[in-house]
Amino acid sequence: MAAPHQRLEFLTEDQPQRKKVRRRLKDFSDGSKKVRLALNIGSILLGFLLWYLITLIPSINTFLASPKQVFAALLSESAANGRYFKDIWISLQRILIGFGLAFIASIPVAFLMGWYPRVRSIVEPWIQFFRTIPPIALIPLVILAMGLGEPPKYTIIFVAAFLVMVVTIYQGVKEVDKTLIKAAYTFGASDRDIFWDIMIPASFPFILVGARLGMAASLTTLIAAELTGTTFGLGARIQGAQQFMDTSIVLLGIITIGIIGFMLDKILLLIEKRLTRWK
Amino acid sequence: MTDSIIKIENVFKEYKVPDGKNVKALNDVSLEVSKNEFVCLVGPSGCGKTTLLNIVAGLEPFDSGKVTMHGEGIIGPGPERGVIFQQYALFPWMTVRKNIEYGMKFLRNANGSIRFDEKKKREIAEYYIKMVNLSGFEDSYPKALSGGMKQRVAIARAYAQSPEVLLMDEPFGALDAQTRAQLQEDLLHTWQEEKKTVLFITHDVDEAVLLATRVVILSARPGRIKEIVDIDLPYPRNQATKMDAEFIKYRNYIWDTVYKMFLEVRK
Repeated sequence: MAAPHQRLEFLTEDQPQRKKVRRRLKDFSDGSKKVRLALNIGSILLGFLLWYLITLIPSINTFLASPKQVFAALLSESAANGRYFKDIWISLQRILIGFGLAFIASIPVAFLMGWYPRVRSIVEPWIQFFRTIPPIALIPLVILAMGLGEPPKYTIIFVAAFLVMVVTIYQGVKEVDKTLIKAAYTFGASDRDIFWDIMIPASFPFILVGARLGMAASLTTLIAAELTGTTFGLGARIQGAQQFMDTSIVLLGIITIGIIGFMLDKILLLIEKRLTRWK
Repeated sequence: MTDSIIKIENVFKEYKVPDGKNVKALNDVSLEVSKNEFVCLVGPSGCGKTTLLNIVAGLEPFDSGKVTMHGEGIIGPGPERGVIFQQYALFPWMTVRKNIEYGMKFLRNANGSIRFDEKKKREIAEYYIKMVNLSGFEDSYPKALSGGMKQRVAIARAYAQSPEVLLMDEPFGALDAQTRAQLQEDLLHTWQEEKKTVLFITHDVDEAVLLATRVVILSARPGRIKEIVDIDLPYPRNQATKMDAEFIKYRNYIWDTVYKMFLEVRK
């Protein structure tokens, strides 16, 4: 039998291992808010610094504008005769209309699919098929059918957002806890009550996740849709500036798209937090 | 016992399992439950306890036989039969109060008008929140509650509907031993304060003997009634009752019967 002190020694020797395990488990949590924020900001500043440093090399600066040049572009583009805000507004409008229509359409379709197996069997193959096609591939066809105005842009964005949202929301409808439905039935709820009182609120988190994914899809598709056949919008601006080798405007456009995407996502996240506090 | 409320007569039920074979879940089951009786169904897993309860709840179809309440066929779920599930089945987006109020919106007067207005519903919810000792948690969401508290909300929610019959499907099966003991006492207390006819499923023989006026032992595959044991222990009962010599006799007898069947099924 081992002497007690030997055991104790073994334990203390073992501490680094234990600490490592603990640290590893902790790493999966988010850490303190302050540290997180500091690292976020530090990382962004470091990125800008690196960007600035490499644009000091002339051969790189020919195709990559420096932060200073991009800032100058921002000033000139947003000046009274600039088109910056007009581009942003037009792009936003396209997203909101295409996405909004997709949102309105996807909810009933997803619920019908979740509620009626027959509807599911009819609709699902189409959705699965179209989901594998990048919506951008539809652009030529849509332009031929609808011309160069706004409707083809709405259509492309609609398709992209709709498919993503239908699939996500349908998953949510399918995953509604069956015990909750049973419980509601035992109280005497009708099918209609089950739909409004149980299905809708229970799949609410999925509707919001679907909206975020749909919004991201809208944004990607928007830029692609604007790269051809239009003069205004952020995508068109980027494409136009490329022709003149004006990389400061290209970069300004890219950063703007990133910021818009980030903000739209944050807004949806905020709504999600507000409305699903019970989760 | 002539005033039986629930009457189950010669019920048969088969399940189709994926490989094409049929499994007899219930084989000629007959049972009568009288007013204010507390009947516990025990049996090895796979004996069709939950199936039987779901059939009485009106949540599952059966192949043949008759299931009636006050002589009328049970054709579907209804508010006169409250169900309490093992997994609580609280609506997570509703607060405790809203959960308890929810079922009442379906109650109607004889002339078809809504029985309780918002104020009355709130009062009733308030009353049952107090009864299950959850004062102070009215506005909490279920996620903030422990398992035991959730089940107490579920019990209050069922009571608030004032059903004649309570159907409980292993309601304490997911709880730790101490919480379970406490909820058993709470349930006994609640049941004595406001008598209901209870059909209670459990695989815990101690629990069955502690709670029930009658214990129904089901056998597995096919599920059928093996034996019915009247539990002749006076109420009020509590955890101390488990030390009682009589209690232990009942408990050992039922445990033996169930365990023997369990071993047979294993073979």
